[in-house]
Amino acid sequence: MDKVVARGGIWIAVMLVALVAAATAKDAGFSIHMTIVAFTALVIMAIGVSKADYSTIARGVLRMPSGETTYDDDPVRWGVLATVFWGIVGFLVGLYIALQLAFPALNLGLEYTTFGRLRPLHTSAVVFAFGGNALIATSFYVVQRTCRARLAFPGIARFVFWGYQMFLVLAASGYVLGITQSREYAEPEWYVDLWLTIVWVLYGAVFVGTLLKRKEPHIYVANWFYLSFIITIAMLHILNNLAVPVSWTGSLSYSAFSGVQDALVQWWYGHNAVAFFLTVPFLAMMYYFVPKQAQRPIYSYRLSILHFWSLIFLYIWAGPHHLHYTALPDWAQTLGMVFSVILWMPSWGGMINGLMTLNGAWDKVRTDPIIRMMVVALAFYGMATFEGPMLSVKVVNSLSHYTDWTIGHVHAGALGWNGMITFAAVYYLVPRLWNRERLYSLRMVNWHFWLATLGIVFYASAMWVAGVTQGLMWREYGADGYLVNSFVDTVAALHPMYLLRAFGGVLYLAGGVLMVVNVWRTIQGRQREEAPMSSAPYDAAADRPIAPAPAE
Amino acid sequence: MNDHSTYETLRHLADSWGLLAMLVVFVILCAWPFRPGARSRNQEAAEAIFKDDKDGE
Repeated sequence: MDKVVARGGIWIAVMLVALVAAATAKDAGFSIHMTIVAFTALVIMAIGVSKADYSTIARGVLRMPSGETTYDDDPVRWGVLATVFWGIVGFLVGLYIALQLAFPALNLGLEYTTFGRLRPLHTSAVVFAFGGNALIATSFYVVQRTCRARLAFPGIARFVFWGYQMFLVLAASGYVLGITQSREYAEPEWYVDLWLTIVWVLYGAVFVGTLLKRKEPHIYVANWFYLSFIITIAMLHILNNLAVPVSWTGSLSYSAFSGVQDALVQWWYGHNAVAFFLTVPFLAMMYYFVPKQAQRPIYSYRLSILHFWSLIFLYIWAGPHHLHYTALPDWAQTLGMVFSVILWMPSWGGMINGLMTLNGAWDKVRTDPIIRMMVVALAFYGMATFEGPMLSVKVVNSLSHYTDWTIGHVHAGALGWNGMITFAAVYYLVPRLWNRERLYSLRMVNWHFWLATLGIVFYASAMWVAGVTQGLMWREYGADGYLVNSFVDTVAALHPMYLLRAFGGVLYLAGGVLMVVNVWRTIQGRQREEAPMSSAPYDAAADRPIAPAPAE
Repeated sequence: MNDHSTYETLRHLADSWGLLAMLVVFVILCAWPFRPGARSRNQEAAEAIFKDDKDGE
C-alpha cells in the first residue's frame, strides 16, 4: 500500500510540474504539450490507485496468453499491435499529402493541415512509429530467442515501450501545432529530444542486459545489427539535437552549430538515420526471420559478418552526398560520394546472402506468401542500394537533387524494403505470440503482397518519370540563355504523375488494411477456410494402366 | 597552441595514422571469420537459431 501511495505521489508531482509549465508557457504549442503530459500523469495515477485490474482487462480484450511463459513476450505483443496501428496512420497521412500535391485545395486553408506540417507527421509516423515499434518489438523477440534468456529488466522494457509511444504522441502532435526545429527526420524540439534520449538509453540497457545474461555462448549476428542500431542512433540523436532552448517553458531552441557545419551535422545524422534506423536493424530482422521462415540457416555466416563490419565502417561517411554543390567543401562532397559508391558492394553482398538462403527451397516463393514478401523486400533492398550510390554521384545528383526522383528512391526503399520485411515479420510473429496454429488467412497475405507490390511499382515509376522531367525542365535553357520553364510549369507537367503516385498509395494502404483484418482475426483465434496456396493436382481418370487397344 | 594548429594537427593525424589504424582494424574484423578452422564455428552459429524450434512455447 505504501508503494501505491508513493507512486501516486510521484505522478501527482509530475502532473503539478507539467500544469505549472503549461500555465507559464511562452507559446501555445508548449502549453498544449505540457497539458498532454499532465493528463498522461493523471491517467497513470488513476490506473495505479483504482481497484480495477486494467492490465488483466487489456490482456482479455487483446486475447494475450497469460501465465508464466518461457520468454517475456508482452512488450513484443504490444509492439506488434503498435506497429500495425502506426503503419495505418502513417500510410493514411502519406496518401493524404500525396493527394494534397495533386489537389492543393486539400490543404483546407488551415495552418494545421498544410502539407508542410503533415509531411513530417507522415515521415515520422512511418519511420519512427511504424518502423521504430517494429524494431523494438522484433529486437526484444529475437534477442530472447537467440540468447535463450528472458528479457533483462522487464519493468524497464515496459517503460521503453510506453515511453516511446509518449515520444511519438508528442512528436506527432507537435508537428500539427507547428513545433519543429526544421531538421529533417529530427523535427521534435529539445524537451521531446531529451525524453527520447532517456527512453533510448534504457532501451539499450534492456538489450545489453539480455545479451549479458545469455545462455548461448555465441551472440547471433542479428543481435550485432540490433546493437549497432541502438548505440549509433543514441550517438546520432544526441549530437544532431545539441541545442540551446530559448526558455525552459517554451518550445523554441537554437542549434549548437551554425552555417555549413550545422548542415553537415544534420545530414551526417540524416543519412545515418537511413543507415542505422532503416537499414541495419531491418537487416537484423532479415538475418533472423528469413532463415526461420525458410527453415534453412543463413547462406553464409561469414558473409554476414563481412556485411556487418563493412556497413559499420562505411555508412557513417556517406552523409555529405546530401550537400552536393552547396557551401560544403568539395573534398567533403567527394568523400561522401566515394563512400556511397563503395557501399553498393557490401549492400549487395547482404542482399545475396539473404536471397541465397532460399537456395534449394525456391519453391517456397510460390507456396509461401511470407517468403515471397521477404524475397521482394530483399529485391527492393538491392534496388535501393544500387540507386542510392548512383544518385550520390555528383553528375547524376545535379539532375536528381531536389526532384521527385529522390522521393521515388526513398519510397522504393521504405515501402519495398522496410515495409515488406516488416509485414513478413508481423505475419511470422502474430500466430506465435498469440499461440495460434496459423494465420487467419494465407491468401489474404498473398493479396496484401500483390497490392503492396503493385502500389510500389506505381509509386516508384511515377516518381522516376516525374523526377527526370522536373530535373530536365529546371535546367532547360533557351537560345538567349534564359531558363525556359518557370517552377509552376513543372508543377503542371507533373500533375498526372502525382495522380499515379496517389493511386499507388491507395493500393499500398489497401494492403495494410488487409493486414489489420488478418492480424485481428488471427488474434481472435479464427481460421479462414480456404484452398491451400498450392497442392499437387490429382487426376483420377489418368491414374490407371494404359488399357490395351482392341484389335481391329 | 592556437586553434589553427590544433585543426592542422588533428587533420594530419586523421588522414595518416588514424586512417591507417581504422583500415587495419576493419581488415582484421572482416578477415576474422575467414580464418582457417572457423568453418565449423560459423556453421554452428548459423544453425543456433534452430536449436529451440518451438520458440519457447
